[in-house]
Amino acid sequence: MANMRCYHCGDDCNRTPVLFDEKEFCCNGCKTVYEIFTSNGLSNFYDIEARAGTTPNEIQYKYDFLDNQDIVEKLVEFNEEGVQVVNLSIPSIHCSSCIWVLENLNRLHSAISNSQVDFPKKTIRVTYKSQDFSLKALVLLLSAIGYEPYISLEEYTRKNTKVDRSLIYKLGVAGFAFGNVMLFSFPEYFEVEEFWLDQYKPVFRWLMFAFSLPVVFYAGQDYFISAYKGLRSKVLNIDVPIALGILTLFLRSTVDIIFDLGSGFFDSLTGLVFFLLLGKFFQQKTYSFLSFERDYKSYFPIAVTRLNANGEEENIQIYKIKTGDRLLIRSMEIIPVDSILIKGNAEIDYSFVTGESNVVFKASGEKLFAGGKQLSGVLEIEVVRSVSQSYLTQLWGNSIFSKDKITTFQTLTDSIGKRFTIGVLSVAILATVFWLFYMPSMALNVFTAVLIIACPCAIALAAPFTLGNMLRIYGKHKFYLKNTNVIERLSKIDTAIFDKTGTITTTAKDAILYEGIELTEEEITLLKTTLRASNHPLSRSLYEILKSNAITTLDEFQEHTGKGVEGKLNKHTIKAGSASYVGESMPKLVSDTAVYISSDEDFKGRFVFKNKYRDGVEDLFATLGKTMNIGILSGDNDGERKQLQGILPAKTNLLFNQKPKDKLDYIKHLQKDHSVLMVGDGLNDAGALAQSNVGVSISEDINVFSPACDAILDASNLTKLPAFLKLSRKSIQIIKLSFLLSLCYNVIGLYFAVTGQLEPVVAAILMPLSSISIVIFTTLCTNFLGRKLK
Amino acid sequence: MSVIYVLLAISISVALVFFVAFVFSVKSGQYDDAYTPSVRMLFEDELVGDLEENEAEIIEIKQSKEQTNIYGNTTI
Repeated sequence: MANMRCYHCGDDCNRTPVLFDEKEFCCNGCKTVYEIFTSNGLSNFYDIEARAGTTPNEIQYKYDFLDNQDIVEKLVEFNEEGVQVVNLSIPSIHCSSCIWVLENLNRLHSAISNSQVDFPKKTIRVTYKSQDFSLKALVLLLSAIGYEPYISLEEYTRKNTKVDRSLIYKLGVAGFAFGNVMLFSFPEYFEVEEFWLDQYKPVFRWLMFAFSLPVVFYAGQDYFISAYKGLRSKVLNIDVPIALGILTLFLRSTVDIIFDLGSGFFDSLTGLVFFLLLGKFFQQKTYSFLSFERDYKSYFPIAVTRLNANGEEENIQIYKIKTGDRLLIRSMEIIPVDSILIKGNAEIDYSFVTGESNVVFKASGEKLFAGGKQLSGVLEIEVVRSVSQSYLTQLWGNSIFSKDKITTFQTLTDSIGKRFTIGVLSVAILATVFWLFYMPSMALNVFTAVLIIACPCAIALAAPFTLGNMLRIYGKHKFYLKNTNVIERLSKIDTAIFDKTGTITTTAKDAILYEGIELTEEEITLLKTTLRASNHPLSRSLYEILKSNAITTLDEFQEHTGKGVEGKLNKHTIKAGSASYVGESMPKLVSDTAVYISSDEDFKGRFVFKNKYRDGVEDLFATLGKTMNIGILSGDNDGERKQLQGILPAKTNLLFNQKPKDKLDYIKHLQKDHSVLMVGDGLNDAGALAQSNVGVSISEDINVFSPACDAILDASNLTKLPAFLKLSRKSIQIIKLSFLLSLCYNVIGLYFAVTGQLEPVVAAILMPLSSISIVIFTTLCTNFLGRKLK
Repeated sequence: MSVIYVLLAISISVALVFFVAFVFSVKSGQYDDAYTPSVRMLFEDELVGDLEENEAEIIEIKQSKEQTNIYGNTTI
C-alpha cells in the first residue's frame, strides 16, 4: 500500500485511497472529477498529461452572491439577447491538460458554446447562453472539476483597462523603417561612380528621410519626453544623451541631404531607435497572472449574506454594508467589518491580520475585527463600522502605500548616463574648439560626429537585456519580480528582516505533540474514525497523523459546531474538541492551539499543534548571516524565542508582539543606515513590505493571496534566497562589464569622429555591431549564471 | 530609367500593405497570448468550438442592437 499516487491529481493517497474504476484516488473530490470527465468523453485529459488534475474544494454557499444580478452584470463582459461572455481568472491552470479540458467545457454543459484559455494570464473566456445557465452555475461547474475561479472585490472594482500595445507598434514602425532605409542606402555604401546611381541619388535620400520621420517623431518620442522631464527636474538621466544623439543624427542627416554633402546617417538613426525599443520590449516582461499591488480588497469577498428584518437572507455587495446590519458568516468565510457577535460560537483565525497564529474563541457580545476568518460554524454578527473604517483597512491610510519606490531610487544606468553625458559633451566641445583653429569648415562636422557616434546605445541596452533576462531566470525558479528595477535594489541589500509565522514556519501546523495519558489502540482507532467525518481543519491534520489502519463504522457521530466532535462505538464514547467541551477546566496556557481528548467522559490529554519551521531555514540563516544582518519581526508572543535562537546566528535581533504599525516603524528606523529586505506573508506585513527597500512576499500558493510587494517567492524556494541575492549582485557586475565594453566601442568610434573621418558607412557598421555584441554578451553571461541555480 | 519610380512606388506600397497588416494583427490581440495556441494545435481532432462563429454571433447582436437604436422604436 506504500505511496499510491492519486490517478487524478498525483497526490499521495495516504492510507485510505478511494478505489473506483480500478484506479486509486486520494479523495472523493478527485474521484468525482474523474467521473465527470469519463462520463462526458473527456478521459483524454489523463492521456495528455498524467495526474494533472487539481482537487476540488468544498463549496456550498460561497458563490450565492452570483444570484445577485447587479454583481453578475459587473462581472460579465458582454450580456445581450441571452448570450453572456465572461472572463474568469483561474489560478489552478498549469498544464496542457488544463487547457484541453477547459476548452472543451461545452461537453460538460450544452449551454456553453465556447471557452478559450489564455495560459500566460491564467484566464478563461467563456461564452454561454444565459437562458438555462448562469454565471453561478458556470462557477460551480468549474469548481466541481477543480478549477475554481478567483473572484474578488479587486476584480469587481477594476475598470476594463485597455491593453497598452504602443510599444509593439513603435517597434514595428522602427523595424519597418530600419529595414527599408538599410536597403535604400545600400548603393551609397560602395561609393561606385555610376551614371544611374548618381542620377537617382536624391530620390533614395529623400525616401530615407521620409522613412525616418515616423521613427524620430513617433517611435522615438518617449526618449524625448523622458529627457525633457529629466532636464526640467535638473536630472541628467540616460535618456538625455540618447535624445541628443537621435536629434543630432536627424538634423545632421537632413542638412547633409539638403546641401548634398553626403547620404546622411538615416540607417544608423533608424537602427539605433529600433535596438533601443527592442531593449525596452525585452525589459517589459510582466507576470500578468500575479498581482503585486493587492491590498485588503482582494482578500475580502465581493458580497456577504445580510439578514433583513424578517430574518430572510439576501446577498449584498460589501460596500453597501451599513452600521447596524445583521450579517451571516459561514464557516471559512472572512469577517468583512468590525462587528459584535450576536449568535454562534466564534472560532476565529486572525493570523492574516495580526500575525498571531492561534485561534481565538469569542462568545456572543464580544467584538470581532475585520479580516478574521471564521473556522467552523455559522455566526450572526452586527456591524459596528463600515468596511472603509474598519481597523484592518486603517493601515492602508499610511502614506507609504501611495509612494512609488522607483522614483526615490536612481538606477545604475542613469547614474552612469550622467557622467557619460558630461564626458561626451566635453569631448565634443574640445574637439570642436581644436578644429575651429585648425580647419574651421570641419568644426561642425566633428561636433555632430562625436555626438552621433557616442550615442550611448550600448549602455542603454546593457541594463534592459541583463535584467530582463534575469527576471526570466528568477521566474523559472518561482521568484517573481514586479519589474527589473527590483533586481538593482536587491543587489544593494545589507539587512534581511523576516516575519515568523507563515514565512519561516509552514502555514500548515505540522508538528503535533500529545500531552497526557496515553491512548489505547482502541481509542486511537475510535478517535480516528470520529475525526474522519469532521471537516474542521484541526480534525483533518490530526486525522492525518494518527497511525491506525482500522477504519470502523461508528454507531453514532455528532459534530457540535465550534465545540468538537463525538463518536460512539460499542458503548465507548470519545470526544475531541475544545477544553470546555471535553470537561477540562481552562488550561494553563491559553495561547496554544490544541485539541482536547476525553474517552468515556474521562479527560485523557490534548494534542498541541505547533508550527513547524520550513526545511532548510537553518541553512538559509547561516548563509545569509555571513553577509548581512538578520532580524525577526513577529506578531506572535515570544513562546518560540528559545527555539528560534537555536537556529539563528548569535547576533540576530528578535522582536515579538509587533503590531503591523510597529513593523513598519522598525523598518523605517533601520533604513537610516541600512538597505533593508523584508520577507513576509500576510496583511500584517503589508506596511513593512511597502516601507522596505525590497519587500518579498512568501506564498505557498502564489495565486491565492499576497500583500502588496515587490516580489513574490514560492515558499518551496525560500532556501534559494541567498542565491537569488548573489545573482542580483552578479547581474549588476555584468552590467558594469558591458559598460566597459561599450566604452571600448565608443573610444574607437570617437577616434573616427574626432579626426573628422566618420563616414556613414563606419557609423552604420559600428553602431549595430556594438549594440548586438552587448546583447549577446549580457544574454550569455546571465544564462551562464542562471545555470548555477539548478 | 524613370521606370524606377514605378518600381519604387510598387515596392513601397507592398511593404506598407504588410505593415498595415502587422498593425491590424496586433490591434486585434493576436499577439496577446503567444503560448496557448501552440498547445491548442497539438490536440487531436477534439472538438474545440469554432471561435469565429461565436464572435460573429456577438457582433451580429451588437449590430442589430445598433440598428434598432437608429430606428429607435423596437426595444430588445
